Amino acid sequence: MSGNVLVLAEQSDGQVSDATYELLGKGRELATAWGGTLEVATFGPTDVSGQLGIADAVVRVDHPALASYTADAYEQVLLQLLTERAPRLLLLSNDTVGLDLGTALAVSWDASQVAYVMALAVDGDTPVATAQILGGKILAEVEITAPRGICTVIGGSFPLAAGKGDGTPEIVTAAAPGGLDAPRISLRAIVEPDTSDVDITAADLLVSAGRGVGSKDDLEVVQELADALGAPLSASRPVIDAGWMPKTRQVGKSGLKVKPKAYLSFGISGAPEHLEGMRDAELIIACNTDANAPIFDVAHYGTTVDLFDLVPAIVEEIGG
Amino acid sequence: MRHTLASGETRQVFEGIGAVGTAAFYVLSIVTVAAFLIGSWRRTQKYRRGRPAGRGGTIRRALLVSPLALRRRPDTGSVAQVATNATIGRRNRGVGIAHFMVFWGFITLFIGTVILTIDFDIVRHVSKWFWGHEDSFFTGTFYLGYSVVLDTMGVATVLGLTYLALRRGVRPPARLDYSRAEQPAGGYSRKALVLGDWMFIGLFAGILITGFLGEAVRIVANKFPEFEIWSPAGWLLARGFEAVGLSAGAAATTHTVVWWSHAFLALGFVIYIPYSKAMHMLVDGVNLLAHDKNATRALPAPPADADHIGYRELADFTWKELLDFDACTKCGRCHEVCPARTGGAPLSPRDLILDLRQWADLQTGGKTLLDREQRPDATGPLQNGQAAVAGTVIPAKTLWSCTTCMACVEACPVGIEHVPTIVQMRRSLVDAGTMDPTLQQALQNLASQGNSFGKSARMRARWTKGLETPIKDARKEPVKYLWFVGDYASFDERLQDNSRLLATLLTKAGVDFGILYEGERNAGNDVRRVGEEGLFEMLAEQNIKSLEAAQFEEIFTTDPHSLNTLRNEYPALGATYKVWHYTELLVHLVESGALPVKPLNLRVTYHDPCYLSRYNGVIEAPRTLLAALGCELVEMPRNKTNSFCCGAGGGRIWMDDSVLSERPSENRIKEAAALEDVGHFVVSCPKDMTMYSDAAKTTGHDGTLTVLDIVRLVDQALVRPPAEPATDDVAVPV
Amino acid sequence: MRIAVILKAVPDLVEEMELTSDGTDLDREYLKFVTNEWDEQALEEALLLKDSDGAEVVAVGMADDPDIEQALYSAVAKGADRAVTIAGATGVDTRSRAAAVAAWLKDNPADLVLSGVQAPDDLDGQLPAALGAALGLPHVSVVVSVALDGAAAIVRQEFSGGRAADLNVTLPAVLGIQVARQAPRYAPVTRVRQVMQSTTIDEASVAVDEAAAGIRVRRMYPPEKTTHAEMIDGSPAEVAARIVELLRSRSLVKG
Repeated sequence: MSGNVLVLAEQSDGQVSDATYELLGKGRELATAWGGTLEVATFGPTDVSGQLGIADAVVRVDHPALASYTADAYEQVLLQLLTERAPRLLLLSNDTVGLDLGTALAVSWDASQVAYVMALAVDGDTPVATAQILGGKILAEVEITAPRGICTVIGGSFPLAAGKGDGTPEIVTAAAPGGLDAPRISLRAIVEPDTSDVDITAADLLVSAGRGVGSKDDLEVVQELADALGAPLSASRPVIDAGWMPKTRQVGKSGLKVKPKAYLSFGISGAPEHLEGMRDAELIIACNTDANAPIFDVAHYGTTVDLFDLVPAIVEEIGG
Repeated sequence: MRHTLASGETRQVFEGIGAVGTAAFYVLSIVTVAAFLIGSWRRTQKYRRGRPAGRGGTIRRALLVSPLALRRRPDTGSVAQVATNATIGRRNRGVGIAHFMVFWGFITLFIGTVILTIDFDIVRHVSKWFWGHEDSFFTGTFYLGYSVVLDTMGVATVLGLTYLALRRGVRPPARLDYSRAEQPAGGYSRKALVLGDWMFIGLFAGILITGFLGEAVRIVANKFPEFEIWSPAGWLLARGFEAVGLSAGAAATTHTVVWWSHAFLALGFVIYIPYSKAMHMLVDGVNLLAHDKNATRALPAPPADADHIGYRELADFTWKELLDFDACTKCGRCHEVCPARTGGAPLSPRDLILDLRQWADLQTGGKTLLDREQRPDATGPLQNGQAAVAGTVIPAKTLWSCTTCMACVEACPVGIEHVPTIVQMRRSLVDAGTMDPTLQQALQNLASQGNSFGKSARMRARWTKGLETPIKDARKEPVKYLWFVGDYASFDERLQDNSRLLATLLTKAGVDFGILYEGERNAGNDVRRVGEEGLFEMLAEQNIKSLEAAQFEEIFTTDPHSLNTLRNEYPALGATYKVWHYTELLVHLVESGALPVKPLNLRVTYHDPCYLSRYNGVIEAPRTLLAALGCELVEMPRNKTNSFCCGAGGGRIWMDDSVLSERPSENRIKEAAALEDVGHFVVSCPKDMTMYSDAAKTTGHDGTLTVLDIVRLVDQALVRPPAEPATDDVAVPV
Repeated sequence: MRIAVILKAVPDLVEEMELTSDGTDLDREYLKFVTNEWDEQALEEALLLKDSDGAEVVAVGMADDPDIEQALYSAVAKGADRAVTIAGATGVDTRSRAAAVAAWLKDNPADLVLSGVQAPDDLDGQLPAALGAALGLPHVSVVVSVALDGAAAIVRQEFSGGRAADLNVTLPAVLGIQVARQAPRYAPVTRVRQVMQSTTIDEASVAVDEAAAGIRVRRMYPPEKTTHAEMIDGSPAEVAARIVELLRSRSLVKG
């Protein structure tokens, strides 16, 4: 059984993603523990190997079908690499790419997967992953007994810095598999985020509303506070899905990741997907009537005062 | 031509009209009666298309069992109620008296005409056939009595009509403004409605005026026969004509003109009746006799044989509903009291009924002259054919605006029942999934966990944690009272303190009570009124199963909405219980001394919850309780059955109210804030507590007006042993 | 055009999660189960396609899932043409469920298979990708809209940061739906009850090889609260004053 770890590098505009660095740092740790190598796969025309100094080897594959990401092409290439290089563990980020590829590869490569991983350690030869399931209400500590494992890791779980290094990995260029010439999924267009609205990622202060506000009408109350503070109003997924606010204001995994100086949340209970998008804020103040809401586990300050009492009081306090 | 004048104490029927004129009159009369009958028959045919309404018993009671019943707050009609015009005079005495005068004046004049017809067209001919000479009873004392009665009633009618016309013409109350609550995008005109009103008054007045004029000129023409003083109004008028120089000859000529004017107006009016606002004279008495408020308390189940859910087409409506549409006189009382309309929502009960009337007429090919709204496009009530009534003819937003507070049904003087019809149409909207996302979420929560909060059903009794004496589980041990707590009192964290307080007080008073714990579900009152009948049935079945498994004698509820459905709707599902409201229990405990109290000496106002006062007549219990606590009750102008809804009922609490210009709760708080030296706004419904606490804040009255549940006042007034502090941790500012 | 929608009954997250005595699994005995919310989105997207393009929608559940009949009747009440339960796969793990659904789909092919992008309890991965791989079909996850275009689907796939890609996907294909173009429609209880009277759920049975799971749950536990917010108590005015003070100290409020 090899002790090698393979990480798929994700990039946009020539920059390796933060999530990739997190995986690389953890991968480095596991590979070292097993005495194996850390390998990183990067696809497409852009060479980002210079940013991957922490790895022992960078495996590059290029082909016109890899110019932009599609599940179909990436899956075929990655399956070929997995077969050829036979790592003990494949690490993917639990984002769109991870959701596309993780379980598909588990089936086609005949590996065992643990999804929603937020902690990863080794116990002898065995990887032990801790996964967050059931809306963050339960953690499951799972050992991968199969010889081949795949972990899809929740963003923000591992330190980013540990994934950066200035080594000189071996650069391997692999050939693309034949199937790429007849892609079953092809890109029509990239849809860039709507930039006509305020950029909530650029704000120092964010006021954020969740399901607890109850209705579009009651959102006005929170909007008034945002106006009084001169901060943009953001929201969690239920508010966006209900159509009360545009997608550009969504904080969370499927929305935007924000890192303001202060984040005031009202009526947000703190689903894992939301926490992923805002836990790095310097100051988090959460208001939720349920004292057991997970938001209080990441917030610095919290209160269970009803938001409809509190928000007008804050507005008044600022005015006074 | 000089015609024969009448001799003896009578008058000639076709005096001065001549044979041709008389013949022409008979022809016209036959045409008139035919037109009237055709119009009335077509109306009747429309009602006959309606589904059965199950009102046979109601009508039988109103007509035969208790025809003289004349209660203050009647649930059903009676002959006496129709005869006295009591519903019209309620809260509008002047209008009631004026209408009473016109009502009986018209009936008397009509009977007078019938008597004349019997004498002239039947007795005269029959007597000739039988014994060869024309007999008439229209002479002598009978004629004099007839004259004085008809003259007096004619004057009464003129007076009543004058009052009503002046009120409408000079300074009309706002409720007579026909502007729509829901504004159609393409515009509309209701000028014809106003014209219809004046046409009705005008025709009526014209008949009366020409009647009196005819009488007067006849008296002048006949040179004032002495007995005609028994027609005092005509006599006086005749003296007036004489004074301005009208000669007998000129009067006779004038009489012919006036006679024909009177005849044309009267015949025209008869034709007009079934095609206009005047049909209310035929319809409204029947509608009142068939009226039953219980149909609003306990909503009708969907028809078992329907091939679709809820009201979609004309065939879905019952005959009572079709009659309701024609019964409306646009008096605007429902429009005035409606909390949705007041708050700027696109619903007016009046407009709803008028729209349905116009649409129903269009479907049946019925003709209503004037009294019709005009639009540049065929939208709303002007839509023909397959347009769905719920959502197209009546916009969905209109139907969703209703709080089912029943103020419209209560205010309607002619027994129209708006609320059940609205719910029937909502059922069709629910079936099509046309609803607010927040409402949909609430219904999904109710379906999965039995509460609208989306909390686990197992958490329902969590509020009882921390009580010194645990509440009995009525499913496990017998209790006297089963407390049906309800969703808001159980799950809303702002209200749980009140629930715990009530539990503590009941324990202190030694009341043997228990709750159903996780066995309780939302009672379903509001779910049913939203139009989600299947979910109501499901919730009720679950509750009834729990209730059957529990041992208790009687039920009391915190929530007036739960009370309504448990008391009035569960019996149809086979679960009949005695159901009290907690204020009724508390008043008993305080009066019996089980809860010793000292006077609080507060000036307070009290808000009657719609589902308690208007729906279920629990009006005195909270007032007696307040008095027993030494509180001086200052009534708001709208109180008791005329209470103004907080805006939460009928499922509105689950819907977005951003369309409103002013929330009904805010309107109500302002009403209370205008009372002098009143610092407490007392409520007895959990939903009121949340609605009015919010409204007091948003209107800026929270500093001067404390919204609190009546249970807090009981606790505050409680006489305790010296060492024991108040259970109530939130101090009541005194 | 036939669309299969795969539904899973999952624990209602409003419930408190209780664990078995050995602490390696959920105690499902007293749990309330609901349809996976992402599967509801998938169903809605399928029904929207049916509304616009006239597809036949088949709702598919696992016979062993608690209360799955309720979910399937509800799907039919919303507009699905028929409902099927598949017997043969037990448990909640994605791999054996995917194998069972794949086996059924081989005999009952669909042009489009939709399911929720994930489920709250799919510890070993997500169904759509597993299904795609098992059937050898193209698959896309985190899909936020689907349109049909002849033998292909035009699919919008969402990435983090608000970016998305419009893709051509050759049919048949498997899609993992994140959110439908419209909020899932409501299934009136009256209609569901009528469907229960009038509709028969087809029962299918498949044989699936018992594969070694390859993972073993050592323990499950509720997350320990390593850090917790400092709670501010007091009246709304007091709490507001403290919050504004915190913001002022960071110069985030003027004045």
